[in-house]
Amino acid sequence: MTTHRAGGLDHSMTAEAPQPRAGDPAITPALVSEHGLSEDEYALIRAALGRDPTYTELGVFSALWSEHCGYKNSKPLLRQLPTQAPWVLQGPGENAGVIDIGDGFAIAFKIESHNHPSAVEPYEGAATGVGGILRDVFTMGARPIATLDSLRFGSLSRPRVRYLFGGVVKGIGDYGNAVGIPNIGGEVYFDDAYEGNPLVNAMAIGLMRREELIRAEASGVGNPIMAVGARTGRDGIHGATFASEELTEESEARRPQVQVGDPFTEKLLLEASLELIRSGHIVGIQDMGAAGLASSSSEMAARAGTGVDIDTSLMPVREPNMTPYEILLSESQERMLVVAKAGHENEVKRILEKWELEAAVIGHVTDDGMYRVRENGVVVCEIPGEPLVNECPTYVREAREADEVIRLREWMPAGLDTSHTTAHPGRVLLRLLGSPNIASKRWVYNQYDTTVRTNTVVPPGGGAGVLRIRGTRRGIAATVDCNGRYVYLNPRRGAMIAVAEAARNIVCTGARPRAITNNLNFGNPLKPEVYHQLREAVLGMGEACAAFETPVTGGNVSLYNENPGGAIYPTPVVGMIGVLEDIEHHLTSPFRQAGDAIVLLGRNTDELGGSEYLKVVHGLVAGDAPAVDLEAERRLQELVLSLNAAGRLHSAHDCAEGGLAVCLAECAMTGESMLGIDVELTDELDTAALLFGEAQGRIVVSCAAEQVEAVIAAAAGLNVPATLLGTVGAEEGAFRIRTRSAAIDLPVASLREVHASAIPRLMERAAAE
Amino acid sequence: MRAAIITFPGSNCDYDCYKAVTDVLGEDAYFVWHREESVGDCDLVILPGGFSYGDYLRAGAIARFSPIMQDVQRFAVEGGYVLGVCNGFQVLCEAGMLPGALIRNRSLQFQGERVWIRVENTDTPFTSHYRAGQLLHLHIAHGQGNYVADPETIERLEAERRVIFRYVDEHGDATDAGNANGSMNNIAGIIDERGNVLGLMPHPERSVEALLGSTDGLPIFTSLAKRLALAEGPA
Repeated sequence: MTTHRAGGLDHSMTAEAPQPRAGDPAITPALVSEHGLSEDEYALIRAALGRDPTYTELGVFSALWSEHCGYKNSKPLLRQLPTQAPWVLQGPGENAGVIDIGDGFAIAFKIESHNHPSAVEPYEGAATGVGGILRDVFTMGARPIATLDSLRFGSLSRPRVRYLFGGVVKGIGDYGNAVGIPNIGGEVYFDDAYEGNPLVNAMAIGLMRREELIRAEASGVGNPIMAVGARTGRDGIHGATFASEELTEESEARRPQVQVGDPFTEKLLLEASLELIRSGHIVGIQDMGAAGLASSSSEMAARAGTGVDIDTSLMPVREPNMTPYEILLSESQERMLVVAKAGHENEVKRILEKWELEAAVIGHVTDDGMYRVRENGVVVCEIPGEPLVNECPTYVREAREADEVIRLREWMPAGLDTSHTTAHPGRVLLRLLGSPNIASKRWVYNQYDTTVRTNTVVPPGGGAGVLRIRGTRRGIAATVDCNGRYVYLNPRRGAMIAVAEAARNIVCTGARPRAITNNLNFGNPLKPEVYHQLREAVLGMGEACAAFETPVTGGNVSLYNENPGGAIYPTPVVGMIGVLEDIEHHLTSPFRQAGDAIVLLGRNTDELGGSEYLKVVHGLVAGDAPAVDLEAERRLQELVLSLNAAGRLHSAHDCAEGGLAVCLAECAMTGESMLGIDVELTDELDTAALLFGEAQGRIVVSCAAEQVEAVIAAAAGLNVPATLLGTVGAEEGAFRIRTRSAAIDLPVASLREVHASAIPRLMERAAAE
Repeated sequence: MRAAIITFPGSNCDYDCYKAVTDVLGEDAYFVWHREESVGDCDLVILPGGFSYGDYLRAGAIARFSPIMQDVQRFAVEGGYVLGVCNGFQVLCEAGMLPGALIRNRSLQFQGERVWIRVENTDTPFTSHYRAGQLLHLHIAHGQGNYVADPETIERLEAERRVIFRYVDEHGDATDAGNANGSMNNIAGIIDERGNVLGLMPHPERSVEALLGSTDGLPIFTSLAKRLALAEGPA
């Protein structure tokens, strides 16, 4: 490394330009590379500083310029997403997005991944994922009222996968249950593509009065900066950088970088933070999450256009002899950075003491725009804030679709031998209901508290979860959705489907879709085929969000989800919020009454590409993802909402994995009482596609017989195909579907038995081994 | 009725109990922080669910040392009504105000689900609005709800009809399959000797509104309100 100054790019330096600290390693190319920074990026850092960085400064840049904090490979793409709507109060860039839900209330919500920590330490990795996303929501001033989770694992036939699955679910449960936040929904898929690199995405939702919204800004020169909550230790150092690289055989050695969570402290911190925000003693608050103190303090200053001056020796620590580097980059959990009003420090401390927590002044807000850190008064880090936070280099990478995927998409169902399916459609249905991707996830959500806070109107197990908003007639619905297999086969379409499916799940509760948060889980963006997936998926997501008027209010990007076997399926998870005007008129998915009519809204097709049927019955991942017509989806959504508003429906359920037969089975068997059905399908389609194809844009509703005419007329008015399929049968009755060439006739109890027992059986077998 | 709801660090059902008493029942309630030394002017003390002190030692094992617990004991000795739900039941057992203990569920997992409960004794101030043998569909949400006690205690509880709620199957039978967490004799809730301290693992406060799926928990609160109104006499 040379040390000459880059001419002309020299930002103004104080006389106190930091000197190397005794004991810090020398900056070498190898050290720069270990910090995940390229040579070019290092040159930019030197230009920004006008000199070589100190070791502390290198660490800070490495964290802020990681993918996790700096979005360096995704920012140019993310800019293309729609983020505005009249009801959006806070879009991307804050701790969480915020939307207005009416009657003076607002909802803060966000999703975030904890994939890599969960891959090496599933219990703590998942638990701290929940903790972090809860903090993102309550630092906006909102009280968390629900969580959801979107999970991906390899095949449950492998002991390691069962260990990861069990640990992740227990970690999510133990943390959320103890803090007392109900889980109201989620999704879990199992596929070899996630072997070794599970996905753990947690979403949190918070409620506040509109005027309680607070932003994470360090404004007001001279205001004290305070560290609040748990003490800082050496755990999680460089977690943000770890999250921004591929998992390898050596990742196990990263175990010490996984943080350890304490939900008890979180609950106290939650109460203390909300009390602080309401008290008027503070101007800004932010979670010390990814990249800890370094990112929270520098981001808060950058948002306010100020600088900060902090001293790491004032930070409450739980281990002696921690260096500024360690204190800045620690990701110890349950900590907040608070900017108080000058002179209100003691009031802040008193509130924290009530909740048995600590608060310490560690610095103050300045007006020079510098990110300055001291150790016992000596400056060890002095970086112009603007380049650090806002000038992380961004890249548009080379994109090229993998030939293999192009070939897979050309596959057509014409050559497939489906005679076995036509002969034994009932057996195929049972196989699908027993596939872990379709089987009941009760084993998961029974480990979660789903009803604490007494607002849960629709708990997990159907489509979207529903909560009432106390003191109003309103409710909200929330869901997380993504079928990674579709996105793999056709990234643009697959991402559109993720948004469309989420919207269908929302309208099936009677709620109007309002906004989304997204979690973009992809592989290494330096691989052209991965970057292609990322780009196309973001474009598809943006198109669908624009068509449905559901802007993106924030989210998370998780790249480098790879393992020695290759990249995961591209998995852009959509977390969507909808609003119900009248909670008393919410809808659920199970059939409710014998004699009711069953009506299909939407059209069956001959598509089989990307289906669970192809995978489970024929061992194939092939074909194109199902076609999606955003305009037709929008009309379908409007139809269901208007039918429900008119009080015409008894149930509504989205048709998704496993197709129409699985959808009907779910409607029949998941209610308090199992009801049979008698259905006749007259479409001239191959039996396999008709029963198990995954054509989009379909919702199965039930209604009283005398409503059928009105339902079909309303559908015609909105140009949505509607077909009377048959009737709901007796309790514990027969599940009967006839097509032109095949018939299913099974006791509904046998469907439920297979659906309910598949995952417990796999996990119990594991326990017995 | 005026209910004091004790909030320990880590309580998380305190607000739910408050809302059940105030919004749904239309009675009075207030919170008492665990560091306070008096339960105040109330005629019912509720120890709510949650994870007091993180449950890091044993559920409820530290909460019993909270300053407020001395006054809760005094209140009970003087005949005041005490209702412990979930973690509150665990605290009552740890504090010796109810016999026995609650250990890890037989499943070794946290269980959050709705289960069937049978009302075993309607002759108490907490259950007079139930029918004898009535089946309730109530939420449980606990990892340590498996009730255990020595054989003499169990025998005595049964003989004195102090088992108030029992886990049953959907037919109302106290079978092993209907035993949600492995509790001895399918015990879900018990009362103390004098009949004024009740502890149960299921959450009655989560089942007081039809919108949330069940009102099976409401009679516990209305029974108490009625009893207290009678005790006060006409205003």
